[in-house]
Amino acid sequence: MVYLTRSEHFNAAHKLYNPAWTPEKNDATFGVCANQNWHGHNYDLYVTIKGEPHPDTGFVYDVKKLSILIREQVVDKLDHKNLNLDVPFMKDKMCSTENLAIAIWNELAPHLPEGVQLHCIKLYETARIYVEYFG
Amino acid sequence: MSKKLAVYRREHFNAAHRLFNPAWDDAKNTEVFGKCALPNYHGHNYDLEVKLTGETDPETGYVMDLKVLSDLIKSEVHSRFDHKNLNLDTVEFRNLNPTAENIAVVIYDLLRPHINNNLDLKIRLYETERNFVEYPA
Repeated sequence: MVYLTRSEHFNAAHKLYNPAWTPEKNDATFGVCANQNWHGHNYDLYVTIKGEPHPDTGFVYDVKKLSILIREQVVDKLDHKNLNLDVPFMKDKMCSTENLAIAIWNELAPHLPEGVQLHCIKLYETARIYVEYFG
Repeated sequence: MSKKLAVYRREHFNAAHRLFNPAWDDAKNTEVFGKCALPNYHGHNYDLEVKLTGETDPETGYVMDLKVLSDLIKSEVHSRFDHKNLNLDTVEFRNLNPTAENIAVVIYDLLRPHINNNLDLKIRLYETERNFVEYPA
């Protein structure tokens, strides 16, 4: 089994805000991240897939195809967008990095061919904060 | 003989913005600024590098105490821009397009009055790892 990773990045606005709570409780829980007019990040995304290299190509999966898949299914929907307002697959979800990693997994997994499995979504919100999701 | 040297302090802040010229219509803004003009904002992790050039103080050995510089950047820059929407939440960009260029100039102007006149100040601002500006050039 070989693990293959493709990295991509996108820039987006978001806020952490639970609409079921009062503004005071949001501020107490999320601090500056609850700022009502949003803030933003440069997100770095690492998508790791796993499988056996194909005998004809030596590839687990054509990484160019993986790049196009990530771009079409994920990056084009997130880049320069407001995660709370503009992204159908984040609708009604808390826009934490944790939830975004899970949502990205769910967007990509159905599109991988047989024999290629998604292994990990690693998502950096800042250089010092990242999450990993293994499905 | 003069011994000039440079000291640097790096800080960072995360903010939302959009690029938009209110004198233009939406079509022209989109044509010029592309997805950076999208109405619901996007955002960046801004990395700021503040460079001071001058001679060391013979009593301290410092060009400037970097803890003092760090505190200054926090009070003048970080407190204004971190986790803010640059277009909506700041007076500095109420009537100024928050491009990396303009942000760098604003930061220079915020810091300059608080730094000894004997020291040259230069601002380098990274909007992304690959897009950055420097002022003065």
